[in-house]
Order: sequence, then structure tokens, then C-alpha cells
Amino acid sequence: MKEIRFHGRGGQGVVTAAEILAAAAFKNGKYAQAFPYFGPERRGAPTTAFTRIDDKPIRTRSQVKKPDYVVVQDSSLFDVVDVLDGLKNDGLVLINSNKSPKDFKVKNAKVYAIDATSLAEKILHAPFVNTIILGALAAVTNEVTLESIKAAVKERLAGKAVEGNIRAVEEAYKLMKGSIE
Amino acid sequence: MNSMRELTIGAVIKKPGSSRRNKTGTWRNLKPVIDIDKCLQCDNCQLFCPEGIIKKAKKGMEIDYDYCKGCGICANECPTRAIQMVKEGID
Amino acid sequence: MSKKVVIHGSRAVAEAAKLAKVNVISAYPITPQTHIVADLAEMIANGELKAEYIRAESEHSAISACIGASAVGVRTFTSTSSQGIALMHEVLFIASGLRLPIVMSVANRAISAPLNIWCDHQDSISQRDTGWIQLYIEDNQEALDTTLQAFKISENSEVLLPTMVCMDGFILTHTVEPVEIPDQSLADQFLPKYKAQISLDPKIPSTFGAYADPEWYMEFRYMQNEAMERAKKAILDVDNQFKKIFNRSYGGLISEYKCNDAEVIFIAMGSVVGTIKEVIDRFRANGIKVGVLKVRSFRPFPKEEIKKAVSNAKVLAVVERSLSIGSDSPLYAEVKNTVGPELKTICFVAGLGGRDITELDIEEIIKRAYNAIKTGKIEREVEWIGLRLK
Repeated sequence: MKEIRFHGRGGQGVVTAAEILAAAAFKNGKYAQAFPYFGPERRGAPTTAFTRIDDKPIRTRSQVKKPDYVVVQDSSLFDVVDVLDGLKNDGLVLINSNKSPKDFKVKNAKVYAIDATSLAEKILHAPFVNTIILGALAAVTNEVTLESIKAAVKERLAGKAVEGNIRAVEEAYKLMKGSIE
Repeated sequence: MNSMRELTIGAVIKKPGSSRRNKTGTWRNLKPVIDIDKCLQCDNCQLFCPEGIIKKAKKGMEIDYDYCKGCGICANECPTRAIQMVKEGID
Repeated sequence: MSKKVVIHGSRAVAEAAKLAKVNVISAYPITPQTHIVADLAEMIANGELKAEYIRAESEHSAISACIGASAVGVRTFTSTSSQGIALMHEVLFIASGLRLPIVMSVANRAISAPLNIWCDHQDSISQRDTGWIQLYIEDNQEALDTTLQAFKISENSEVLLPTMVCMDGFILTHTVEPVEIPDQSLADQFLPKYKAQISLDPKIPSTFGAYADPEWYMEFRYMQNEAMERAKKAILDVDNQFKKIFNRSYGGLISEYKCNDAEVIFIAMGSVVGTIKEVIDRFRANGIKVGVLKVRSFRPFPKEEIKKAVSNAKVLAVVERSLSIGSDSPLYAEVKNTVGPELKTICFVAGLGGRDITELDIEEIIKRAYNAIKTGKIEREVEWIGLRLK
């Protein structure tokens, strides 16, 4: 089982990201589960969401305490919440930031950074980073395919938003694959 | 009815009109009596009667004493004081 | 064709109501139930579901409208949560007393004060004595399936009682996971159109809601109790019929997981059963004999079934998500009353107000249960898991 924890701020679409990831994994023939931890919901307040992916049905219902992957949609959260709490040894952190991965003090885990905010401004003309992050996550983890992320995004988003977001997902995927190689 | 097995599910009363069997007129200790000469047939008593048992007669109004509980509202509402509440058993 | 999709638990319930072709829905929104009725309102607006949606100004009015609709003889559905079900309280008795087969989905949420929107079972458990059947479910598939089953159980002529399908708020309502939505033709086959035996009809006038004087009131209450007893068989039968058509079943009143040879048996309701199963498998791999008995039906309470299922156990660990302040908590009291004093039973209060019940918590419970076996005595009858006492 792979467990993913998403950190973001209210309004950044972390819950949607976690759910799209689950839907994408399901399209790849996996079992999946995604759920939020709802605090007092406000725009800007730190929020958390979880995704689990497995080859067999997922029965556990507790929150993800020892994630394999941590996604940080807003790097300013490093000062607010312990986003690395419980991260597994040899785990992976994906951060939305224009800084270099080396600028983040993370031990025993791979760190990737993508400037999703700039990419979102460029492609979507709005600071919606959640689908971009998913494209990047697919690239660095290979946990789900690009195609399944695109299909899940298409299913979840409506109307005009689809086309731009699909392009954003592809761009982010390409960018991260390029940075790995 | 003797046994529970004759009861309907949910206490539903399947036949309408069963309340007619309950002659509530026996509850009365004061009885409204109309002085037909004073009655204008204004319908006030009919309108205000909570039991709906007063109706217009050829002359004056007619009260169905089988169901009149003797509440006295008709007497109170009568503009000409044509209705007197009389003790039961006195004609 | 049946299709498997990744959806919220709340959506699964809405899909079930749609498959049941409910005629009337009346509800008032409350977190975490809102998605259920919002989805249904949307289905009606889109023409996917032909039903009357009555927006009420409170839960009290919503359930009252359901009573009117159900008395007319149509399939009726509502949903609520927490203070909403508390506000329904007096009307819930009327629904069951009139023997109306209303189905209500409850998104379980703690009761105020302190204000809390997260999951525990206090809301529905507090309606224990209203004469409704209460079923508790473990995952989103079971939410869909049990909602469909609930109509068939309630509408059974031997039963005619309303049913609450209780699902953990947020933990299930707001979780997405794969759920198979059955084909409409299968649902129709399982659940044909509802035909009321007696209903309000201007052509055949009848009275609903008449009074029963002291000479007869007891008999009506006795009849309700008999119907609830008969519901036990109906719940099991309906689950079997469900299996034949959909190839899924839930055991009816209870569901046992590795209980046969278990020394320690968990007794629990709702989504925590999944977490317990996960931990059990790890302990089983090390030869430790643990099992879990899921109580699906809290009303009627399956005394005989539980007694039989736990007869070989040494310790029972009840995971309790509600309280009866001033005495034994509800599930624990039922279990103790069922198995008697000979079988050691410990009550573990956990997950109140949405407190996460972790796998570590479950491991801790197993340890304490084994400690009771080793020492031959129970240290404390009631343990609060994760409580910050100091």
C-alpha cells in the first residue's frame, strides 16, 4: 500500500487533488481511497487530505500517519505545520516552490520541487496548482500513469477548465520527467 | 373487540365516520336553548360552534343535541342574546 | 449495466435512493449529510429521478412531511445528522408507531455541546428507543447496498417499520473509494414498486394517527415490538435475496470476521471495523487469535446471533462510539446483557467527536484484552482510548 498526504491551504484544492489521484489509481486497476481531514474550513487555513493506493481492497479508515509521499502545495506551510511528520525513510516530498529542492532541510527522503504557481499563472491564468501537482507526482513516483491522471481530471472538472488543466498536467509531467533525467 | 389480533397495524381506522358512534352530547351539563323569536338567523352560532352541529332551520337555528358538549360559545357569540345556557334536566 | 466508480459515501447513498426510485424526499441540510440530499435534488432537477423534493424549514418538518408522504403509500426517503436527528426525535416515534416504511440515512456526527461536526454514534444511538430499525455500515459499497436493502426490510409486510441506515460522517460520507453502482434493472428486480397495504386515499377514507386509550395502547406497543422481532428474519432474508441478485452480502444482523477460533473478539459498529480487520490480519500472521464481530443491526439487537458467535471467546473488546452518561455505554450494555457476567467484556470508548481511531489504538486494545486473559481479571471495565488524563 502507498499512502500519500497532501498539505495545502483552504481553497487550493488539496481535497480535490487527493480524490483525483484516487480516481486515477482506480483507472490503473488499483484500489484507492481518499479523504480529507476537515478542520474549521476557511480559505487560507492549513488543510490536509489523504490518498491510499493498494493492490487489494483498502479497509483501514484512520488518517495517514506514516506517508510514503508528502505533497506540499504551499511551501509557506513549512513554517506552520510539520509537513514531514511521520514521513517514511526513503519517502518522497513534492513541494510547490520556485526554490531548489536543496533549499529544504529534509532528511532521509527524496525532495522534488516544481514551480506550480508560475506554471498555473502561465497556462491557467489563475493560481490553481492542484492538477499541476498531480502531473508532477505521477512523474516522480510512477504510482499512476499520466493518462489516468488526465482521464480523472477530465471526469472531475467541468467545461472550460478541462482543456487548460489537461495541458497543465502534461506540462508538469514533462517538466518533472525532464528534471529527473 | 376482544383480542389484539383484531387491531389494525399502526392503529389505522379503516372505516370513516366511527366518531359518530361517540355521542358527546352526554358530556354536557349546560344546554344551549334558542329563543326563536329573538334569533336573526345571523349564522354567528353556526360559524363559531366548535363541533359544527348548529344549522339553519326554517325558523331560527337547530342544534344537534346528540353531539353538543354545552361549551356555551354560541350563547356568547349571539348578538341578540337569543341563546341561553340552561342546566341539563330542566326544560 | 452495473458500473464501478470512485465516489463519496454520500453519493453512494444518493445513488441507492435513485435506484430505489423513491417518490418523495423531504430533508433539511446539515453537515456532513448535505451532499446526500444535494445530490438527490440535482438528480431530480436533471430529470434523472422522478420524485417530489420537499424543502422543509427544519428536520422536524422534514420528517413530518415524510410521514404524510409515506401514509399516502409512496416510497419515502430522508437523511439527517446530529442535532438534526435530535430535532426529529418526537416525530420519529410517530413514524414507527404509524408503521410507515420510511428510510432515513444518518450521517453519524457527534452531538453538541461542545460544538463538533465530526463522527461518533451519539446522534443515532440517542434515537435507540424510537422504534426504528437501525443498521450500521462499514464502507461506501455497504452504504449503497444497505440503503437498497433498507427499503425492502421496512416494506416487508411482516415488518412495516422505518429504518435508519447509519454511516460514519466524514469518515465515509466524505471519502471516495470504488463503489459498484448496480444496473437499474437489477435494482428493480430486487426492489419492485412499493405497494402499501393501507394508505391515505380520498376514495377509501381512513384515519392515520388516531388515539389508543389505556385499554388498547399497550397492545399497539406490543405489536410494534413483535414487528421488530420479525425484522430480524427479514434483515437476514433480504440480505440473502440481495446476494442472489448482486452477488454481495453482509451477513444480515451481524458479520463475523475470523471469530471462529478467536480468543479475543472485537465488537464494533461502523467504519472502524475495517481498521480492526487490518490489524487483526497482522496479529493473525503472528498466530494471535483475534477476530471482530460487526454489529450491523443495533435495532433489532441480535442477541442470539452474538451469543453464538462469541461462545468460544475469552475476552470481548467492545469499541464504543457513544455514551450513556451515568451508566454503561449503549453497545457495551447490550453486549454485557447478551453474554452475561461469565464472559469477560471490556468497554473501549474511542473516536468520540471524530477522534481518529488509529491502528495503534486497536493494537493497544488487543494488548489490554490479552492482559485480562493472562491475569484472569479485568483491570478497568471501561477504558477511554487516547484520553489525555494527566
